[in-house]
Amino acid sequence: MVVKIQVNNLNCWFKNTQVIKSLFLSILEHEILGIIGPANSGKTTFLRCLNRLNDLNPHFKSKGEILKDGRNINTIKLETLRQEIGMVFAMPISLPMSIYDNITYGAKQHGIKNKKELSGIVEESLVKASLWDEVKGRLDQPALQLSGGQQQRLCIARTLAVQPEVILFDEPCSGLDPISTAKVEETMINLKDKYTIVLVTNNVKQAARVSSRIAFFLMGELVEIDTANDIFVKPSDRRTEDYITGRFG
Amino acid sequence: MSPRITQKIAFSLLFLVSLVVFIPVLFIIGILVSKGAAALTWEFIFSMPKDGMRGGGILPAIVGTLLIVLCSISIALPVGILAAVYLNEYAKDNLLTRIIQLSIVNLAGVPSIIYGLFGLAFFVIMLNLGVSVIAGALTLAIMELPSIITTTRNSLNNVPASFREVSLSLGVSRWQTIRRVVLPNALPGIMTGAILSIARIAGETAPILFTAAAFYVPHLPHSLSEQVMALPYHLYVISTQIPNMPEKITYGTALILVLLVLILSFTVIILRIFFRKRYKW
Ligand SMILES: Nc1ncnc2c1ncn2[C@@H]1O[C@H](COP(=O)(O)OP(=O)(O)O)[C@@H](O)[C@H]1O
Ligand SMILES: [Mg+2]
Repeated sequence: MVVKIQVNNLNCWFKNTQVIKSLFLSILEHEILGIIGPANSGKTTFLRCLNRLNDLNPHFKSKGEILKDGRNINTIKLETLRQEIGMVFAMPISLPMSIYDNITYGAKQHGIKNKKELSGIVEESLVKASLWDEVKGRLDQPALQLSGGQQQRLCIARTLAVQPEVILFDEPCSGLDPISTAKVEETMINLKDKYTIVLVTNNVKQAARVSSRIAFFLMGELVEIDTANDIFVKPSDRRTEDYITGRFG
Repeated sequence: MSPRITQKIAFSLLFLVSLVVFIPVLFIIGILVSKGAAALTWEFIFSMPKDGMRGGGILPAIVGTLLIVLCSISIALPVGILAAVYLNEYAKDNLLTRIIQLSIVNLAGVPSIIYGLFGLAFFVIMLNLGVSVIAGALTLAIMELPSIITTTRNSLNNVPASFREVSLSLGVSRWQTIRRVVLPNALPGIMTGAILSIARIAGETAPILFTAAAFYVPHLPHSLSEQVMALPYHLYVISTQIPNMPEKITYGTALILVLLVLILSFTVIILRIFFRKRYKW
């Protein structure tokens, strides 16, 4: 199994509060790594370390190293890193433009100008995000007219359109109804063959449904990481068991 | 007293206060229209003054004011927007940027005659631009920069942070993010800032007094390096310097000045609506 991302002794602070503590973790190519844990365990902060989005915050500090394909991410050009490691946020955030423009936005900035090529990317991304059939006749309409679930899949398509290798999902279904949630989950499973996926979720059952392996975060520490089966059948840490059986969190 | 009655009294008071604000405006417009409307003919708007400004039209003053205002806004808007973008999106929070921000706040409080004297010393004399449209426009531009920077920064701050994060997370550079996402969405707010500045500077007399305004030039300017007549200064001249001035010309001129400001503002409001439609969220 190929290690896509290797995290070595990562420590993070906001001001003087440490929110991630000596984290060692590998993310394997073509897996869906689920990350579960109660609120404020540092799950979002961890994801945003991988695409260096935390660097926007002047109060953020970090130590340790993150390797992507064996290369320290700090040595990769920021734009390239973020194109290769895409992110889907908790709330579906469509940009105030048409469906078509939302998807081509990133690709255009990465230098794709050809109209035909762009249309191809739009269709391909929407198909992969299981949204094509619902919107193919109205690509020029404002993205904000779509339902929440559709917008979230649009956000997935928009991320796919810049041809990432890794996709980070940060509680992508937290604002969605069960049917939309099912569609997004199905989409993620379909993407597994081509992409490496990290899924942060507040929903233990969702993690169980889609993940290959599951990591349990608690108060900035990685308590346990194991295959989805093992972590539910025989968790090796008491706190993991308490959390997945719903005793706290 | 029951809460309902208290609420009624409070609302009535608020209503009265807003009337107090509104009534003087009505009065001003009412007086201007009743005394000046008779002067509003095509000839008054489109011809040169004659008989020592006691007759004819005020075209040179209208054109002069339009030129000065449009020039100054086309200098101040880009500079102000870029400065605001820099301060908001790039500048680190350090001593230098704090000093810059403090100066901006203070610049807004400087009396307009000081800008006029500065314009005279710096643009007219030191840069040797002479008394001219360009010197006046530059002076006004400096005067309106603080408000343009402040309103632009506010509108930039109103663009949701999540839009920036989405754009950056796609690997789009910071500058392209600002250009493609932040600025378009901040545009309606920036336009509002522009409207306010236009309305304010079109009527300013002191800053152009020594830098651009001429007492009497009975023809249209050929270039931006000429001095021009300007409505506010012309109004001052005909109300105080010329004996036997027909009243309707004075009031007519004032009315034109007000209308000009309204027309300029409306143009920007329409632009604003247009951009709102294109970029709404
Ligand atoms: N921008 C920020 N500024 C300061 N503290 C933050 C910021 N973002 C997160 N934190 C803190 O970091 C800790 C981890 O938060 P987060 O990564 O969002 O956890 P999770 O996603 O697991 O709920 C929390 O204690 C939170 O208060
Ligand atoms: Mg979170």
